[in-house]
Amino acid sequence: MRSIPAPAASRWFDSRLRLATIVRSALNHVFPDHWSFMLGEIALYAFVILVITGTFLALFFNASADKVVYHGVYRALDGVTMSSAYQSTLQLSFQVRAGLLVRQMHHWAADVFIGAIIAHLARIFFTAAYRRPREVNWLVGLTLLVLALANGFFGYSICADLLSGAGLRVGYAILISVPLIGPWLVYLLFGGIVPNNATIPRLYAFHIFLVPALLSILIAIHLVIIWRQYHTNYPGPSRSDCTIVGSRVWPSYTFKSLGLFLFVFAVVAALGGLVQIDPVWIYGPDNPAATLPGAQPDWYLGWVEGAMRLFPAVNLHIGRWLIPEVFFPGMLLPLVVFALLYCYPFLERLASRDGNSHHVLRLPWQQPFHTALGCAVFAFLLVLLVAGGDDVIAVAGGFSVVALRTLLRILVFAVPSLTGCVVYLLCILRRQRG
Amino acid sequence: MNPERRTFWGTLLAVLFSLAALAASVVFLVVYWSNSGNLLLGASLAVACSGWGATLVIWGRLLTLQREAIAPREPLLPPEPERKAAAKTFTLGTNDVCRRSILRWIGFSAVGMFAAMAASLLRSLGVPSYSSLNSHIWKRGQRLMTVEGQAATVDSMQLGNILTVFPEGRIGDERSQTVLIRVDPSLLELPKTRQDWAPDGILAYSRVCTHAGCTVGLYEKTTHLLLCPCHQSTFNVLCAARPNGGPAARPLPQLPIYADSDGTLRAGGGFSEPPGPGFWGIE
Repeated sequence: MRSIPAPAASRWFDSRLRLATIVRSALNHVFPDHWSFMLGEIALYAFVILVITGTFLALFFNASADKVVYHGVYRALDGVTMSSAYQSTLQLSFQVRAGLLVRQMHHWAADVFIGAIIAHLARIFFTAAYRRPREVNWLVGLTLLVLALANGFFGYSICADLLSGAGLRVGYAILISVPLIGPWLVYLLFGGIVPNNATIPRLYAFHIFLVPALLSILIAIHLVIIWRQYHTNYPGPSRSDCTIVGSRVWPSYTFKSLGLFLFVFAVVAALGGLVQIDPVWIYGPDNPAATLPGAQPDWYLGWVEGAMRLFPAVNLHIGRWLIPEVFFPGMLLPLVVFALLYCYPFLERLASRDGNSHHVLRLPWQQPFHTALGCAVFAFLLVLLVAGGDDVIAVAGGFSVVALRTLLRILVFAVPSLTGCVVYLLCILRRQRG
Repeated sequence: MNPERRTFWGTLLAVLFSLAALAASVVFLVVYWSNSGNLLLGASLAVACSGWGATLVIWGRLLTLQREAIAPREPLLPPEPERKAAAKTFTLGTNDVCRRSILRWIGFSAVGMFAAMAASLLRSLGVPSYSSLNSHIWKRGQRLMTVEGQAATVDSMQLGNILTVFPEGRIGDERSQTVLIRVDPSLLELPKTRQDWAPDGILAYSRVCTHAGCTVGLYEKTTHLLLCPCHQSTFNVLCAARPNGGPAARPLPQLPIYADSDGTLRAGGGFSEPPGPGFWGIE
């Protein structure tokens, strides 16, 4: 083997920071190779793209509800009164060179970010990677998902178009429905009754500063923990709780991971350039008196929307106090779903009485009940997601929304139960084959 | 594949991919500087990135010796002596600190007070104004103005007509928006206390959905239903906008109106309830 003399630059740094030992152990660090381990990396790289494109957009976006009359290059809206936020969104889309590409890349990267996080979460869940010693990273990861969902909502809300205006009103209705503190929450988050002039600047500060700062810190913690604990391995020859099998950071892992980053960048660039997303100029500016039929949130909030549509018209009076109907599907359901996810490693540990550390993953069919439960929950959320677009489906298919909704109310319980049973049986069959 | 052939083909592919990436980045630059559009800009950026990405992956997979690495996994819990030593270091240091109970008291109170001061600042973000949340908006005698600034009159409302109106001086205000509908008075099934709220069959309801605050913008003349496009709640205008289907549980607030001597419509008071989605302290 040829040995390479250390360059002068390395001596310069080493004599100031004493890096040699750290660098050596970093280059030798072992990461396992499996396609499903790239999902988290995709999310990480989508976040990098979000920061880069978001910084570019922030240079042109004007987060203000002040009314202006539009006289830009988009003739269809000439002379229309709109907020500065909406006007600057139009301007950065049509008048800033590469502005539309960067804006669409930003929105697509957000979808890739959240999609990758959800896929990553599913991988962790179905292979039981959250078990000791990785419970802390499960909690950090879930918090990253919550923050990502919130920031996605803030991001498309600040454009102040007609569609996001409807979303903002629904968000307001959900938040103010919380018993006791609802009114406090809407004044805290939205600055008062929506719409008001404080909302856009406030959401903008959350969107570009507060939430990204939290995301960055938590991503750093997430990575440090992974580094410290080493990655898990799938079961296989020479895999055990005492070894880590894979490729070293230098060279093969570095090449593959950087390649993945460029691929993620390429996909986002292709989507941003070729596939239109959130065309705010078609919706028009937010206007309280106008209505937009077929309004939908972004897909990752569609399950909450679906729950709001399916939940019966029941509100609760406690003396002179009211718990409005949106509280149960809009706030309680997401809270319960996330509370169960947060508690899951600890509940599973109680149920299985297995407090040992695990570094080798379990395959889905090796844990039939667990896998069936996870699939049932996913099926439940998917039916809700479909229900979130029931009006659009009814119009497209030519049947009545009422009938479809009745059907969906049955399906929302039937499909998960059936999915759970089928998956359970399949796992048992697979396990019997050994 | 033998190693030499692998090296040959790997190198060839990598060079070709990076050449494609170079060409695409030239296209990107030309498109950008000649300002000719979003589509080509995105496409060329995508080709450039995937070209270089493919080059890197080929280098990582074909042009790097694939050595499977196996490293031992040290137990995360350090050996007991190491933990004891750490604990001992901490205890030794603690023993050097005089009057620990007072220091602890100072520390806790400082942290607590900092937290309290920081949390107090949240108040600046807004204190709920229950008087605005519970406002019934309209005042008796106010005229009903269209968005163009014309006062609604009995004559302007034909049977089956629908019109959006606002209180005088608050045109365009979201929470004030009100829908006027004229129906055949013989069909009305209003409660006893609201018999005189709909002169000549002209009804006025809040246009903000009580479910999630969307604008209830659609009216079906034949069934006398107002429909919210967001979650498809329907309200029967003949029966004081009672929910008729969909997820809304509370009726749309009704506005009492009357016609003055020259036929101009005026509010007979505020909405029957505060408009918009419900909340804990709604009156």
